[in-house]
Amino acid sequence: MKLLTHNMLTSHVKGVTKGYPLLIKATEVKVNEVEFNPQFISRMIPKLEWSAFIQAAEGLGHLQNLPSTVVPEFENNEDFLRDVHKVLLEVEVIEGCLQCPESGREFPISRGVPNMLLNEDEA
Amino acid sequence: MALRCSRTCRQYLLHVAQDNIDFRLPEITSLLSIRGKSFDPENFKEMSPFWRLNGLSEDDIRTVMGRTVCAKSAFELWGHGKTMNELKSSLLKYPTENMLPFLGAESTYKINVYTFNKTLIFKDRLNKIDALDFLSFKGKVNLKDPDHVFCLLEDYGTDPNSIPEEPFHMYFGRWIADGKRELIRSHSVKKRHFIGNTSMDAGLSFIMANHARVKEHDLVCDPFVGTGSLLVACSHYGAYVCGTDIDYNTIHGIGKSSRKSQKWRGPDENIRANLRQYGNEKQYVDVLVSDASKPIWRRGSLFDAVITDPPYGIRESTRRTGSHKDIIRPPEDYYGESHVPVTLEYRLSDIFTDLLNFAAHHLVMGGRLVYWLPIYRPEYCEEMIPMNPCLSLLSNCEQVLSTHTSRRLITMEKTKEPEEEDALAQLTDPRYGPYEGLDSFRDKYFSGVTKRNKEEELRTPPDGRE
Repeated sequence: MKLLTHNMLTSHVKGVTKGYPLLIKATEVKVNEVEFNPQFISRMIPKLEWSAFIQAAEGLGHLQNLPSTVVPEFENNEDFLRDVHKVLLEVEVIEGCLQCPESGREFPISRGVPNMLLNEDEA
Repeated sequence: MALRCSRTCRQYLLHVAQDNIDFRLPEITSLLSIRGKSFDPENFKEMSPFWRLNGLSEDDIRTVMGRTVCAKSAFELWGHGKTMNELKSSLLKYPTENMLPFLGAESTYKINVYTFNKTLIFKDRLNKIDALDFLSFKGKVNLKDPDHVFCLLEDYGTDPNSIPEEPFHMYFGRWIADGKRELIRSHSVKKRHFIGNTSMDAGLSFIMANHARVKEHDLVCDPFVGTGSLLVACSHYGAYVCGTDIDYNTIHGIGKSSRKSQKWRGPDENIRANLRQYGNEKQYVDVLVSDASKPIWRRGSLFDAVITDPPYGIRESTRRTGSHKDIIRPPEDYYGESHVPVTLEYRLSDIFTDLLNFAAHHLVMGGRLVYWLPIYRPEYCEEMIPMNPCLSLLSNCEQVLSTHTSRRLITMEKTKEPEEEDALAQLTDPRYGPYEGLDSFRDKYFSGVTKRNKEEELRTPPDGRE
């Protein structure tokens, strides 16, 4: 699971009102090199929940040089875009789980794939 | 008498393939709209293999041809007519300054003759080329690697049982580009690393991505991703892709193989490997095990396109998580990590209501939803197409599967952000309600109704109702 995906996921446990962001508990993290595409990263930045992104990066020990707020005119700031790229698309959680911040329900991640299915009495 | 024609009023001729006929017009229209151009044909017959288009530039045409799997070739039209004389006078009227750059003595050229619905012998072809000698070709003929290619195209109609002696229409033009028909073969599922029972045909996958106007730097989601055939097509056009599926084994690429020669899936049979096979792994985002009926995505316009082939319950079951009312709660220790949630049948009408809601909430404005809707043909009516207050229907193309069943490729565009009153409207307005007729698709598909109707059909004309 990449942090781009994590940034878009929320808990859907029945009755939970604040299920975002999911807490990452990783036991295996990998960094896979991915070709840098500044246009795509520039398009994604406004869509991101920045604080959740920073929190996730920090939790995995991959904060790089990312600032707590988005830098102005980021489209022309290649260093910044490269840092975002690295954390957003190259850092991958291979094993671990995502935890709902309210209910504590854990969604397992195995072989890089989160399993978001709930049991029939939780949905 | 034609007035002096400027660059802007050049006309282009598209030669479109005679398969997936229903899908061609929405594909070309969608591709033109990427360039901000509209489809402006002259004397248009949708069934014809030749379409004349106005208001375009050569760059527009090249962009379309760089993506289309429905069009074979495109030409700058220099002249056309019903007879050789008409063609000749039309060609003589074409502005010389438009032709001269391609007729110079220093350039090489060749002339092709293409006949639709008729095969000509070599001698006849030569005669046709010789008849064009009134055009002042100054260059040298080079059949192998010419600078410019010209083509005489003749249309002998679409009925193979009554081929006329002389063509109905003939066109002459300068070849500009071929379409991307070769993608159908190069991306064939026969050679795909990871496939399943319902992997989408390569040609249709590209058509879907074109209808969805998937572009470079887009983020695309398939909520019923399966083996990721649609993501392969979207990533070919430069999009970043993600998807979900309720089937754990499919997402992880484990279990029985769908190939005849192979019993079990290999260690690296998954969607990521499929993208890698075509050099697009860099655009792989993620796939998740998830139930499309559940809101796992946070609020916001996350995706540029949603493109999917939902299960109809024929070759893949329709299911979602949830409890059967009469299920007795299993003992506590049953809930281990290995617990497999109980799945229920997911009614077709609910699948589509949920899918449209998902698209309304998570598409960017102007983003497109493209999906297949299964249809029991004797009962089809337009009202069966699910609607949503935030989505506008753009196209609806039928692919016939059997005498009584078909699937329709539906393309919708998000035209409004969802508001609270929309949820209310969906409950009260019958237009937005689920069309229950869809739910019985599976029963009708399998039941004797199909057989019985077949017998009836033999007695009554195909469009006759009972």
